[in-house]
Amino acid sequence: MAHPSTYKPSTGIERWFDSRLPLPRMMHDQFMVFPTPRNLNYWWTFGGILSFMLAVQIVTGIVLAMHYVPTPEGAFDSVEKIMRDVNWGWLLRYAHAVGASMFFLAAYVHTFRGLIYGSYKAPREILWILGVLILLLMIATAFMGYSLVWGQMSFWAVTVITNLFSSLDTLIPGLGTTLVQWIWGGFSVGARTLNRLFALHYLFPFIIAGVVILHIWALHIPGNNNPTGVDVKTPKDTVPFHPYYTIKDGFALVMFLILFGVLLFYAPNFLGHADNYIEANPLQTPPHIVPEWYFLPFYAILRAIPDKLLGVIGLIGGIGVLFFVPWLDTSRVRSTSYRPIYKWFFWLFVIDCVALGYLGSQAPEGWYLFFGRLGTFYYFAFFLIIMPIVGLIERPKKLPGSITQSVLGPESKRPTETPPPRTAATAGEGVACGTLSTFAAALLAALAVPGAAFAEDAGNGHGSEIKAQEWSFAPPFGHYDRAQLQRGYRVYKDICANCHSMRLLSYRNLGEPGGPEFSEKAVEVLAAQAQITDGPDDKGQMFQRPGRPSDRFRSPYPNDAAARAANNGALPPDLSVMAKARPGGPDYIYALLTGYAPSPAGFEMTQGMQYNKAFPGHQIAMPNPLVDGVIPYTDGTKPTVDNYARDVSAFLMWAAEPKLEERYKLGARIMIFLLVFAVIMYLSKRAVWARLHRRDHADAT
Amino acid sequence: MANPDTSTDPSLLKDDDASRRDVILIGAGGFAAIGGAAMLWPLLDQMNPDASTLSLASTDVDLAPIEEGQAITVMWRGKPIFIRHRTAKEVEEATGVKVDDLIDPLARNANLPDDAPATDDNRAAPEREPWLVMIGICTHLGCIPQGQAPGQYKGDYGGWFCPCHGSQYDTAGRVRVGPAPQNMYIPPYTFTSDTKITIG
Repeated sequence: MAHPSTYKPSTGIERWFDSRLPLPRMMHDQFMVFPTPRNLNYWWTFGGILSFMLAVQIVTGIVLAMHYVPTPEGAFDSVEKIMRDVNWGWLLRYAHAVGASMFFLAAYVHTFRGLIYGSYKAPREILWILGVLILLLMIATAFMGYSLVWGQMSFWAVTVITNLFSSLDTLIPGLGTTLVQWIWGGFSVGARTLNRLFALHYLFPFIIAGVVILHIWALHIPGNNNPTGVDVKTPKDTVPFHPYYTIKDGFALVMFLILFGVLLFYAPNFLGHADNYIEANPLQTPPHIVPEWYFLPFYAILRAIPDKLLGVIGLIGGIGVLFFVPWLDTSRVRSTSYRPIYKWFFWLFVIDCVALGYLGSQAPEGWYLFFGRLGTFYYFAFFLIIMPIVGLIERPKKLPGSITQSVLGPESKRPTETPPPRTAATAGEGVACGTLSTFAAALLAALAVPGAAFAEDAGNGHGSEIKAQEWSFAPPFGHYDRAQLQRGYRVYKDICANCHSMRLLSYRNLGEPGGPEFSEKAVEVLAAQAQITDGPDDKGQMFQRPGRPSDRFRSPYPNDAAARAANNGALPPDLSVMAKARPGGPDYIYALLTGYAPSPAGFEMTQGMQYNKAFPGHQIAMPNPLVDGVIPYTDGTKPTVDNYARDVSAFLMWAAEPKLEERYKLGARIMIFLLVFAVIMYLSKRAVWARLHRRDHADAT
Repeated sequence: MANPDTSTDPSLLKDDDASRRDVILIGAGGFAAIGGAAMLWPLLDQMNPDASTLSLASTDVDLAPIEEGQAITVMWRGKPIFIRHRTAKEVEEATGVKVDDLIDPLARNANLPDDAPATDDNRAAPEREPWLVMIGICTHLGCIPQGQAPGQYKGDYGGWFCPCHGSQYDTAGRVRVGPAPQNMYIPPYTFTSDTKITIG
């Protein structure tokens, strides 16, 4: 809000600085004493949270870029190297990946807050438009960032999304194709595409930061809107930004970080897709391609429209329409609280967005498609029909005379003695705080889905039988069973390793803390059992030597073609991250290994295939690998198929997630820190706001 | 929009309350500072060598094909390792030097205690005087000295000459003319047979 500067440089240096670059003056006027409506609720704290998340993404991103390799050959492995070898790499990468989700969560809350309270209306149209622009830039950045992992979902997301542009061929033949080839730098998504996606993914956050500065500038001209939508009228309607809102934003940020921490430390892959732990394969599309959750509503819109070009227009229009909201809404009243009819349409719209999100994650067929179309219709009808018409016909409720009145009641009715007026304010805050915690609780409840930590939708949609097993490493306090991992390695080495490679693992990993923890001597012996091809020697010849701890696990085949040739044309997949690359994770592996059975009557089997209860489609090329007693156990564990399957599943879980114990342990410490911090911040907030409540009390008496 | 005087009530900025609140606010600030500082460490530590780099493989070298007077360079941990099969004359030159005359009197040999003197015995391979194995990096600013190939200028002491800033090393790899401050380093290595060594 434009207000006269109250900055007074008190020392010579400050005066010298102030007359040359009045940066301290700006900070003082805009972020210390800036007059802010006194009635902002917790929905207003998401602006600060978003600034923090942008900083988190930029800082973790710069650090990850120091280790990432933007080539089709190197990308996937470099991400895994970050997860396994780089100091704190798992923390930085999960913080960046989960951070993207948290960033979008906050951005959507922030956007809905703007819609609820009419923050887009005059004189805040440019503020709103800049906000929508930031959302668009975030979408582009997140999409490019997701592609860099170079997993199956990454690759096919890039393919599908860039192909949206080919719809322009309908308008001018050849235009779309030319454009898509320009984006790809080739005839398909490949090395050139990945390289440019990386360059742009590094650039865009800084453009976002620039637009954020404009966004804040545009905010500081009219000042904040507030839950009543009534303009600030007297100084009594406002409080200085610091300490009142720095402390309130700070408290909300710590609460937000608790949610962030729960996801980061206990369910980092909950919001991701198992398929993205499979390296990109240009020759095979995954059976279900689904975008990250924050794109699902738009994805549902794309699929609801049965025409290629119109679908793309719907997808883009879904966000584009937001630019015009300041003019589509014809009501004079800002806040939905005073709009009895519009309010219902608005909350129906919120439900519609959530429903579209759900529909976007389901296969587009039958009722899903019907409701997808219905939801898409309402989405656009809300903006294009309901907003303009309801604004004209609706009779808004009476607005409070001022912000102060809305908090303390009209002057005439204001109680003069007890109860002290602060109860009114705290009650209002209590409600807002309540909504915030309900919201957090709902998200946490979603996390309680069994097996959610390993991969989403455990029992996948192919009629497969996958039961959740009890594992020693379940969150939040679990740990690997050393003896089990050692037995699991035995099963892997004696059985699985005959056909499956595990190229991301080295023998040294077997001795590292948090894993099977074989002794140093044992690791050397295990490594030396493998014959490694090394060279060339002085004469240019390759030679064989015994393995060393630093060697990678040896692949049983010289190359993929040899592997296929030896296995009836089926390529035995690499097992390094298998426990994260299938929905259900270790539960799936266990179910698969114990799921061999005679095929039921009437089930048609292809020659050379085996029936398996857990395998999608029930026909698997791998013959049943486990038989009771085939591997002798020396630690007293019964050598049964059930135990083999359980042990090797646990071993593969460790192989896929070797830093799991470290993650849980660090998580426990950080969660305790954040909980104590939250209490202190809450008390601090109360202490600071007590000043205002004392003044209100003094005014009243 | 009309622009009424909306600057805030100065009384709200005054801090006139009891000390309990100060303690809480200092606590909040302290927690924020500790949290911020703790976040910094992973961001810095990630730049240190990672686990795979630390475990980097050792290098095996077969010495059999190296004739007396010849030198080869092999790579270990991304660094050049000079291996020279010294002639009797070169060994004699190296043993004849008094440690007190050297710029750096320490052996700089990873296989010996840190304070071992820079005698030729402490520099050369144990019980195999003609063999010298060392990291071929000038201790001044990291260039690779000349002197491995037969025709290269080896400096006044017949060992190595660094083309960057003119440091000179003798036939035991000890610095004789500055600006390099230290002798070239001897990496950890062992003879696995009469003619084979493992570096690292």
